[in-house]
Amino acid sequence: MIKLKINGFDIEAKQGATVLETAKENGIDIPTLCYYPDLKINSDCRVCSVEISGSKNLQTACSTPVKEGMEVKTNTSKVYNARKTITELILANHDTNCTTCSRNLKCELQDLANTLGIDENRFEKVLEMDEVDNHNPSIYRNPNRCIKCGRCIEVCKDVEGTYVLENQGRSNEVKVAPKYGKYLSDEDCTFCGQCASVCPVAAITEKDDSQRVFDAINNPKKHVIVQVAPAIRVAIGEEFGHEAGGQWTGQLISALKRLGFDRVFDTDFTADLTIIEEGHELLERVKTGGTLPMMTSCCPGWINYAEQQHPDMLDHLSTCKSPQQMFGALAKTYYAESAKIDPEDMYVVSIMPCTAKKYEAARKEMQINESIQDVDAVLTTRELAKMIRSQGINFNNLKDGEFDTPFGITTGAAAIFGATGGVMEAALRTVSEVVNEKPLEKIEFKDVRGFDGIKEATVELGGNPVKVAVAHTLKHAETLISQVKAGKSEYAFIEVMTCPGGCVGGGGQPYGTTNKKRIERIESTYRVDGAMQIRKSHENPTIKKLYDDFLKEPLGKKSHTLLHTHYHPRHKKT
Amino acid sequence: MQLKEVLDKYPQSEDYLIEILMDYQKHKMHHDLTEDELKTIATHLNIKESKVSSVVTFYSLFSLKPKGQHVIQVCHDVPCHVNNQPDVLSTLKTMLAIDIGQTTDDKMFTLEYTSCLGACDKAPAMRIGEKTFTKLTPNKIKAIIAEYRGRKHA
Repeated sequence: MIKLKINGFDIEAKQGATVLETAKENGIDIPTLCYYPDLKINSDCRVCSVEISGSKNLQTACSTPVKEGMEVKTNTSKVYNARKTITELILANHDTNCTTCSRNLKCELQDLANTLGIDENRFEKVLEMDEVDNHNPSIYRNPNRCIKCGRCIEVCKDVEGTYVLENQGRSNEVKVAPKYGKYLSDEDCTFCGQCASVCPVAAITEKDDSQRVFDAINNPKKHVIVQVAPAIRVAIGEEFGHEAGGQWTGQLISALKRLGFDRVFDTDFTADLTIIEEGHELLERVKTGGTLPMMTSCCPGWINYAEQQHPDMLDHLSTCKSPQQMFGALAKTYYAESAKIDPEDMYVVSIMPCTAKKYEAARKEMQINESIQDVDAVLTTRELAKMIRSQGINFNNLKDGEFDTPFGITTGAAAIFGATGGVMEAALRTVSEVVNEKPLEKIEFKDVRGFDGIKEATVELGGNPVKVAVAHTLKHAETLISQVKAGKSEYAFIEVMTCPGGCVGGGGQPYGTTNKKRIERIESTYRVDGAMQIRKSHENPTIKKLYDDFLKEPLGKKSHTLLHTHYHPRHKKT
Repeated sequence: MQLKEVLDKYPQSEDYLIEILMDYQKHKMHHDLTEDELKTIATHLNIKESKVSSVVTFYSLFSLKPKGQHVIQVCHDVPCHVNNQPDVLSTLKTMLAIDIGQTTDDKMFTLEYTSCLGACDKAPAMRIGEKTFTKLTPNKIKAIIAEYRGRKHA
């Protein structure tokens, strides 16, 4: 242990800890702006400046490790004036129309200005308004709100390995943007939204679709149905003041009913269906010598990445649509027929932890016919929470509601789709039983669980050992892809999720998502699974009925039309 | 000079990015780098285009826009300023009918400021390409520009 003094108090700290971490553990808050847990420390913004004995200049607490005998002062007037000046300078070059900003009252810069007691700015406004990038269905980029903290750059480079956002230009003219200041839609952006997740202000956010959804709900001609992804129920409570690690399925359903949706369904249902289709596709590929390893196709960020970066690998992708799209396709056919509703009059909304889902829903391949998309609007967890608040619905006082039928009966296998390794585990539960024709002794495949970047497992299928792998973040997926390209991949099946931790850590989840929170949401996800009566997709009675009544057989003709898709190599516009 | 020839002169390493950019841009008639060229350089050095773009936009000596065949850089520092640089500059602006940062319609000249050229004892000074001109007067400017205009395209 290292002994030091902070603000005159004796403190013990761990070797290698930073001044910032040590102060925080001891109840001393040092404000930060460019610092974000899990990301590389840049110390760009200097807001966490403190006085340290022996240093003439102020030092940044985020990047300074503690030393024996160090004396730190976090609240002198020198420190305060420096922080205040820095913040005022940032505000002088920031679009401060706070009341008309989507991050109003949820903004780290606003918080900082408030904490520092800034009630007027000594500096003249120098902001020159720049063009907003709203040229894609997922991400909205407003450079006038950017404070150049660089968090989005770090997440795009270091976490995802996608290198879309970078500093462009120099000094007071620096901009955080894709190369040469282009639009995201011109670049190899996967729309994963991790940049939006770490942005301290509203410089990068999801494209807000809530008004479209309100319009549909208020249109008496429209039958508006909603599906919720597995990762929402373990995160939405955080928007209403709860700690990460809970689950709020019942309240979530009630809130959606109060918002006025005609039916509230569960994406878990089509997650189960995905497992049946994808499991059979895998077995078919093994049997007929198809392309292996097969790679999952649930994650739209990953699909974008594969199409952009690895157009020669598209045969490896499962042809299954994602659960979101399978849901939309079934809702406007199977459900529409049985409920006697014209699909033209239906409006399908999905609540997703994801910004790339907005892009996926808008794809041309994802439609019933030329004028009807499978899914009409996608809302992130954050957009949903905002809608709930706007309608005066007190989330925390809601009684538990229940999903409507038929797309409400689901399994534990579907519930774990939201965690990295979850799709793999759900598939293994089904594939093993189908192939081995006997019930599993152990239903849980713990090798594919956890937060390691790449996980692998070996399972017995029909007497043969079969290897599978799981990667989360595109950076880790790239490792598995290079093995495949080099002909050195030993795996039959690979799961890829773009976001760290899987969908629970998605780009549309509540602000403040860190790896610690992701892990808590994952644990909560497995508790949801453990509490389910049915935990294998092929035992879902509604899925069985769906095949009997409508689809007939996995990979059959109807499945092919409604539930499977194809992918396109992307040709860059530049 | 072809881009490939420039690339072949340097080790295939990210460390040589700036040298390559400078060397290649120097050989281009309009002193600019295009996105296609930068893409080729990025691919050759195995670095991301966003990184190359970040470097090119950081340094003012690189240009993404075509400039005039002759780039005139007028010293912007104090010794030149107090030695009649404003007169020299306004003569240039009038003769070329452009402002600082602009290029003539015939793509012959671009007018820019530069920091000290190290010729304070012979102020005011300016540079055209790699050639420095000192003790400038409006009349001298007229002669220089006329001479450049009279030249055949290089």
